[in-house]
Amino acid sequence: MPKRIVVELEDINMVYHTLENETLAIKNLSLQMHEGEIIGIVGPSGCGKSTLLSLISGLIKPTSGRVIVNGELVTKPLRNIGYMFQKDQLFDWRNILNNVTIGLQIQGKLNEQTLLEAKELLKSYGLEEFMYSYPYQLSGGMRQRVALIRTLLLKPEILLLDEPFSALDYQTRLAISDEVGLILRENKKTAILVTHDIAEAISLCDRIIIMSKRPGTIKDNIEINLSCNEKKTPIKLREAPEFRHYFNKIWKELDIHVQ
Amino acid sequence: MSNNYSKEHKDYIRNVKTRERRILYAQIFLLAFLLISWEVSARLGWVDTFITSSPSAIWGLFTDYVANGNLFYHIGISLAETIAGFVIGTIAGVIIATWLWWSNFLARVLDPYIVILNSLPKTALAPIFIILFGSGYKGIIITAISVSIVVTIMNMHISFKSVDEDKLKLLETFGASKVQILLNLIIPSSIPDLISTLKVNIGLSWVGVIVGEFLVSKAGLGYLIVYGMQVFRLDLVMMNVAALGFISALMYKIIAAFENKFTKWQK
Repeated sequence: MPKRIVVELEDINMVYHTLENETLAIKNLSLQMHEGEIIGIVGPSGCGKSTLLSLISGLIKPTSGRVIVNGELVTKPLRNIGYMFQKDQLFDWRNILNNVTIGLQIQGKLNEQTLLEAKELLKSYGLEEFMYSYPYQLSGGMRQRVALIRTLLLKPEILLLDEPFSALDYQTRLAISDEVGLILRENKKTAILVTHDIAEAISLCDRIIIMSKRPGTIKDNIEINLSCNEKKTPIKLREAPEFRHYFNKIWKELDIHVQ
Repeated sequence: MSNNYSKEHKDYIRNVKTRERRILYAQIFLLAFLLISWEVSARLGWVDTFITSSPSAIWGLFTDYVANGNLFYHIGISLAETIAGFVIGTIAGVIIATWLWWSNFLARVLDPYIVILNSLPKTALAPIFIILFGSGYKGIIITAISVSIVVTIMNMHISFKSVDEDKLKLLETFGASKVQILLNLIIPSSIPDLISTLKVNIGLSWVGVIVGEFLVSKAGLGYLIVYGMQVFRLDLVMMNVAALGFISALMYKIIAAFENKFTKWQK
C-alpha cells in the first residue's frame, strides 16, 4: 500500500548571497518523504544538509523550486514541525519543567492539561526528580532528553533532527539514539536525521540519502533493510548481517579523502 | 557538620578555612599598618600635617560632621543624585539597546555616533549639560546619566546580539513573535551582562555626580571636596573621599547580592 506523501521537495535550488560572492548551496534537488518514514541524510561537510532542514521547516525559502508539506506550499515557519539541534539549546535560566513547556507557552497552549502531560513525559523519561533543577545540574544525555521532550510535547508531525547526538560522548550517544529511534517508531513519526555518523544513520533510518559536495544534490538513495529476529531496536539492528554491507557502500559513495 | 566525613576531608576543610582566615587577617593588617604609620609620621612631624592631615584629625572631623548632621545631609544629596543618574541611565540605556536590537537599520545608522560618544570623555560634556539644564540637581543628574548611558547601550546591544543563532531558530520554529523572542530569550540570556553593566555603572554615576558637583553645586560630597580644597582643609577632602569610598563599595555589594539572587541558574 503506497503511503501518503508528507514532504515533497520539487527541483529545489538554493543560492546564498554575500557581497563577495554567491554560492549555490543546493542544486536541482527533489525528494519525497512518506508518512512514518525516517530518512537519513549523510554527506560531506558544507553540502547543504542543514539548509535542507531549514527549507522544509519554512525558516528559509528556496531560490527556486517548491517545498510542499501535507499538500500545501510552505511559505512561513510551520508549526507541526519539531526541530532538534546539535546542542540541546536548553535555556539556562529556566528550570527543566519550564524548559520543556517553552514551546507550549510560545504557542499559547500551556494549560493544566498540557502541563500535566509535560510532567508525565518527564516522569516516563526518568527526569521527574530533576523537574525543578536547572540545566547545568544535568548530564549531557539528560539534557538532550529534555530537548526531546520539549519537541515531542508540541506533537509535531515531522521531526527534523540536525545531528542531535553529535555533542554527546560515545556511550551516551548510543543510548540516546537508541531511545530516540524507538520513540520515533512507536509514535510513527516522520523524521529526517542529518548526521555524520554512518552507523547511526543505518541503524535508525528506513532510507539514506547521500548528498554530493557543494552544490548539494542527491547522489544516491539507499533503502535500508536489516534483518533482525528480536525487537528491532537501533542497537540490535547494528548486529544485523547486512549492516556492514550498507556501511561499506555508503562509505564508498561518500568518497571522502582527507587531504 | 556531620561527623561522618573522613579525617582527610576534615583536614581539607580546616586547611581551606585557615587560609581564608589568614587572607582576612592580612587585609586587616594592611589597613591598620597604613593608618598607624600615617598617624605616627604625622605625630612625629615626619610629614607636614597641613598637607597630609592625619587619621585622628580626619576621625575627629568625621564625628563632628556626624554629630551636627552635616555629613548625612551632603551624603544624602550626592546619593540621591547618583541613584537617579544610575537608574535613569541604566533603564534608558537598556531601552535604547532594545531598539537597536529590534531595528538593525537604526543600529547601523547610529553606530558611528555611539562609537564617538563612547570614546569621548563624557565629563567634557558636563559644562554643556549644566548650561542647558541649569546648575541645580537636574544638570548634575544629566551629567551622571551621560556617563553611564553610552556604555550601557553598547554592552547591552552586544549582549543582545550574541545570543545563540540556534536558540533563535528554535523559537522561530515554535512560531514565536519578535516580542516573544525578546522577552523569553534575548532579555533573560543577557541578565549576567546586565548585572556586570550595573556594577560598572555605579562607579560611573558617581564620576558624573562628583564632576557635576565640582562644577556648580552648593551641597553634596563633591561640593565639600572642592570647598575643602579651596580653603586648604585636606582633612575635609580626605574625610569626604573616605565616605565616598565606603558608600560606593556598599552600593557595589548590594548589586552583587542581586547578582546571586538573579543568576542562581548559573554554575
